Amino acid sequence: MSDLSPHVIPAETPAPKFLSGPRTVLRDVMSRPSGAIGLSLVVFHVLLALTSPLYVPYDFKTMNSMLMLMPPSSEHWLGTDHLGRDVLTRVLLGGREALLVTGVATPVAVVWGGFMGILFGLVGGRVDEVLMRVVDAFLSLPWILKMLVLIVTFGSGIEVLIPTLAFFYGIPVIRIARAATHDVVARDFISAAKARGHSRMTIIRRELVPNVLDTLMVEGAMRWSWMLLAFSSLSFLGFGVSPPTPDWGLMIADARGFMSFAPWGVLGPVIALSSLIIGINLTADALAKALGIDRAQKAPV
Amino acid sequence: MLRMLLRRCFLGAVTVAIVSAIIFLGVELLPGDACTAFLERDAKGQMLENCRKDFGLDRPALTRYFEWAGNALQGDLGMSASGRKSIAELVGHRMKNSLLLAAVSLSVGVPMAIFLGVITGLWRDRPIDLFFSTVAILAMTIPEFVSATVLILIFSVWLGWLPGIIVTSASAPASEFFPEILLPVFVLAMVMMAHILRMVRSSVIEVMAGDYIQMATLKGVPYWRIVFSHALPNALLPAINVVALTIAWLLGGVVVIEVVFNYPGLGRMMIDAISDRDLPVVQAIALIVASVYVGVNLTADILTMVANPRLRTLNMRGG
Repeated sequence: MSDLSPHVIPAETPAPKFLSGPRTVLRDVMSRPSGAIGLSLVVFHVLLALTSPLYVPYDFKTMNSMLMLMPPSSEHWLGTDHLGRDVLTRVLLGGREALLVTGVATPVAVVWGGFMGILFGLVGGRVDEVLMRVVDAFLSLPWILKMLVLIVTFGSGIEVLIPTLAFFYGIPVIRIARAATHDVVARDFISAAKARGHSRMTIIRRELVPNVLDTLMVEGAMRWSWMLLAFSSLSFLGFGVSPPTPDWGLMIADARGFMSFAPWGVLGPVIALSSLIIGINLTADALAKALGIDRAQKAPV
Repeated sequence: MLRMLLRRCFLGAVTVAIVSAIIFLGVELLPGDACTAFLERDAKGQMLENCRKDFGLDRPALTRYFEWAGNALQGDLGMSASGRKSIAELVGHRMKNSLLLAAVSLSVGVPMAIFLGVITGLWRDRPIDLFFSTVAILAMTIPEFVSATVLILIFSVWLGWLPGIIVTSASAPASEFFPEILLPVFVLAMVMMAHILRMVRSSVIEVMAGDYIQMATLKGVPYWRIVFSHALPNALLPAINVVALTIAWLLGGVVVIEVVFNYPGLGRMMIDAISDRDLPVVQAIALIVASVYVGVNLTADILTMVANPRLRTLNMRGG
């Protein structure tokens, strides 16, 4: 705002940063401590999920009644669980399902929510007003209720979880994208595009999407962490991944009952799950700062 | 001002009406109804028809919607499908317990969060700020069931200070929930504090950088007076909305916490009702929770409007 040169875009509506230089943004993210730690954690977990089946020491579902709840040893580094299965093997494999489901559902949620938000932000008027009330109504129901009702009815396979998560987590994105669009829509280049006779779709594609993309990327990173939280909470409650598939949430739920004499069962999955979620959040934080988007004032929905 | 308030209330009512329609439509669209759940899924023929007649499920959906919504407005939430008890009665105790948990967590968490937020904001980048900001990030990112499990491990299993699970019955008076309620309160308050603290902190930093604060400093106003009479009233205003959002989060987050600690509240009742496919109960709880959510947000907006001197004067001039 202090810059008075007439050729500069006003500070309150920053130019799209990600599109103009993805590498600069990445370097900026990595130069911040939170970004470097966060991104390393995320990359580590993704690589682990992709490669772990190649080198896990045991089979994840082989039970052994002789080895129930054994403490950590040289054969079983993290001990064994209540069915005699190797905990390390299950911790290494336990994030695969979660990353697969949330990794597919997050981009879907951001794309559909982002598109709807931009469209309503551009169209405005009555339609916009009514749809925002519907969005509010959806947001006023707790996520767990919406998810559980669908899961109990249709099952908890990934073919149900992915669309369900993508749908419900796309709804708050509508709001964010709409607000970001409102900031852009009033600017001259949109009027110019309209005056040139461009269609709505062209304006969205050429003018709005590039300007809203920064906000959507940060929002996507946050949605990812909340989705992961929802996914593992559902597994923990017994409504998500079905045994014997290893999953951190499910492992914590199982090991909790034996915590008083076999605490090693919870520690592995607790550390694995926490480090992934913290990694995503730190990355989102650094990304928001690198793109110049103030996220401090937003609480989760 | 009054017009703005009325408009805001009207929008809140519209949202609740839409929610009720979504809840009803959602349950309507799902396969199965209260009767198939009540008589097991494979029930067919005469028995099912009799049951549907009993429940009034043979009438058109629109009639049933208006009857359901109308009764709910008068506090009659209908009968549960399993056991056919009055839902209002079933929900009553659970609601009281959930409110107790929320009230204790809020009364511990909100003042602490504001206090720590102001301290970390004023002493930005000093060790105390770094410490609490880091703890806040951990508290708000780690899933509630994980932090709850770790806390049970530490305080209940290793140290043996607090019970890790609640055995008090749902209808027991509030006093009997102590000290068992302390661990769940601790978990809830921690997450809540993290969000409010971060908000207050950034708001304090922003306000303290303002021109009028500099002006006051140059005028020679003592530091503590600047903080208390110039900065805080402006810095705490946005906190109202975050507290509201946090309460709204509580409504969902509390479900997991209640399950972890076996706390007999509304959240666990909701999970049980969903597992048992007791649709009338699910509908009732959904409606209650959504109304509370809308109500809390509405209250926060009104409080912000009333407390914001700029909005007040703006409207006195006829805006």
